[in-house]
Amino acid sequence: MTSFKPVADRALLVEFGDRIAPEIHAQVLRLDRLLALSPPPGMVEVTPAYANLMISFDPLLTDHSALQSAVQTVLTGPEPASGQAHSHDLGVCYDADLGTDLAQVAQMTGMSPDAVIAAHLAAEYRVYLYGFAPGYAYLAGTPPALHLPRKPAAVRDIPAGRVIIAGPQCIVTTLKMPTGWWIIGSSPTKILRHGPQPFLFAVGDTVRFHRIGRDQHDAM
Amino acid sequence: MTQCDIRVRLAGPLCSLQDAGRPGFLRYGVPGSGPMDRAALSVVNAALGNPPGQAAVEVSLGGLGLDCLAGEVSFAVAGGGFQVLLAGRSLAPWTVGTLRAGQSLTLRAGDWGSWALIGFAGQVRGTEWLGSLSTHSQSGLGGGAVTTGQRLRIDQAEVRPTREGDLPLPDWARPAPQTRVTIGPQERFFDRQVQAAFLGPGFALSQGYDRMGVRLQGPRLPVNAALDMPSEPILRGAVQVAGDGVATVMLADHGTTGGYPKLATLIGADLDRFVQQRSGDPVRFVAVTPTQAVAAARAAHADLQSYLAELAQPRPSLAQRLMQANLISGVTDGA
Repeated sequence: MTSFKPVADRALLVEFGDRIAPEIHAQVLRLDRLLALSPPPGMVEVTPAYANLMISFDPLLTDHSALQSAVQTVLTGPEPASGQAHSHDLGVCYDADLGTDLAQVAQMTGMSPDAVIAAHLAAEYRVYLYGFAPGYAYLAGTPPALHLPRKPAAVRDIPAGRVIIAGPQCIVTTLKMPTGWWIIGSSPTKILRHGPQPFLFAVGDTVRFHRIGRDQHDAM
Repeated sequence: MTQCDIRVRLAGPLCSLQDAGRPGFLRYGVPGSGPMDRAALSVVNAALGNPPGQAAVEVSLGGLGLDCLAGEVSFAVAGGGFQVLLAGRSLAPWTVGTLRAGQSLTLRAGDWGSWALIGFAGQVRGTEWLGSLSTHSQSGLGGGAVTTGQRLRIDQAEVRPTREGDLPLPDWARPAPQTRVTIGPQERFFDRQVQAAFLGPGFALSQGYDRMGVRLQGPRLPVNAALDMPSEPILRGAVQVAGDGVATVMLADHGTTGGYPKLATLIGADLDRFVQQRSGDPVRFVAVTPTQAVAAARAAHADLQSYLAELAQPRPSLAQRLMQANLISGVTDGA
């Protein structure tokens, strides 16, 4: 059931559910594609998340009810060509001075560090959304054996490039920021870049990781 | 090309280059940034005859001191009620003047207001990120922070004598006793009496105030359910309540998604005057409907546009004014 919530004078929140699930996220992405193909008058920007998307608009050009009608019309429209999901393969170095929480993750999950690495490498991840900070792509797909709650308090100044996990999620950090997630490795691949394609991933893309040595990590 | 070279003698924390902002990248985790007080940017650019949205320097309560080393450039100041000192002379809080080689310009916190903008008749040199000079404070991406000791270089610097003079300070620019919000979008996490408490007395801005947001002090606003919601998009102006029941109003450099519920959202018409309040100032929220919020946005836009249209009229330069005065008095004398 789709629900619409007006937000202040300038946004409409369209909700397809209230949990993280592939079938709900598929509806979010479908509407995102439909809106990109036929943007309603006055629409400014669309922010897709796990179960809903926020459509911000210019209140001088439209209002909540006009936009809601436009979205309802768009939703009944023809199925859009499914988005071009790309797959990415990122190298990760799991050395202990980079993956500073790897030993503790192993201890908390009752696995050996090598088994934690193997589990992390075996999974396929999917980009659900960007959030928190520029280029922070929330990947879902961390295997259940590695699901841990976040730390009780965030740790400051975690460098860019760290591979961090919490619950079913995984992020490769892009800026020096605090995090309460578990740091298991580091990737030299830049997600936040300069140039014509400033963000490596699109929402809906799939990601796999492969292990690299320290030389290769430091060379990039 | 005429260049103006300025040394930053002193810059408080959080002074930065800001243009109209960086819309379109929320989906990549990038907030809109831009000035805390967006109307003030429109004012400085209109007052100088610049194109709208041209980059300016945002000044925090810590103030800004500039020494002009070479060249000359007209500037405009608007935003909060700051003290403006040009070559030792005090100007109005909203003003247009010209800074010349050897002169100093100082902005200091005044009676009210948290943020001022100083724009220039020329282009402030800086590095664009994603098509905008606006500075994202946490990463420093964009035009960048303005810090003590650095140089500001203004390209195509011009002196615009017909723009000089003090500007009227409109009522809509000052903080208001009430700040209008719409309730939601995640009000389901709060009992009715908690929603009512949010609209009651006792709230003030806390010391935790930067470009990302301002934490409120006041009654706790406990959530009534487990915080298991998946991260949702955040709008500038959202009132997000963390697990400890403390509310934060998300501002220019806000995180783009969050897993804490948003009890209310400030309407766009009140955002600029809200940020001009200071830590310790009381705030009182009042709920309006989304329809009323849209009407308020349109009314505020009309107010701003009519003010800007007044500013767009060039004023006679001092020399022209003196000449007119002489001519008139000459005519009078001869009669």
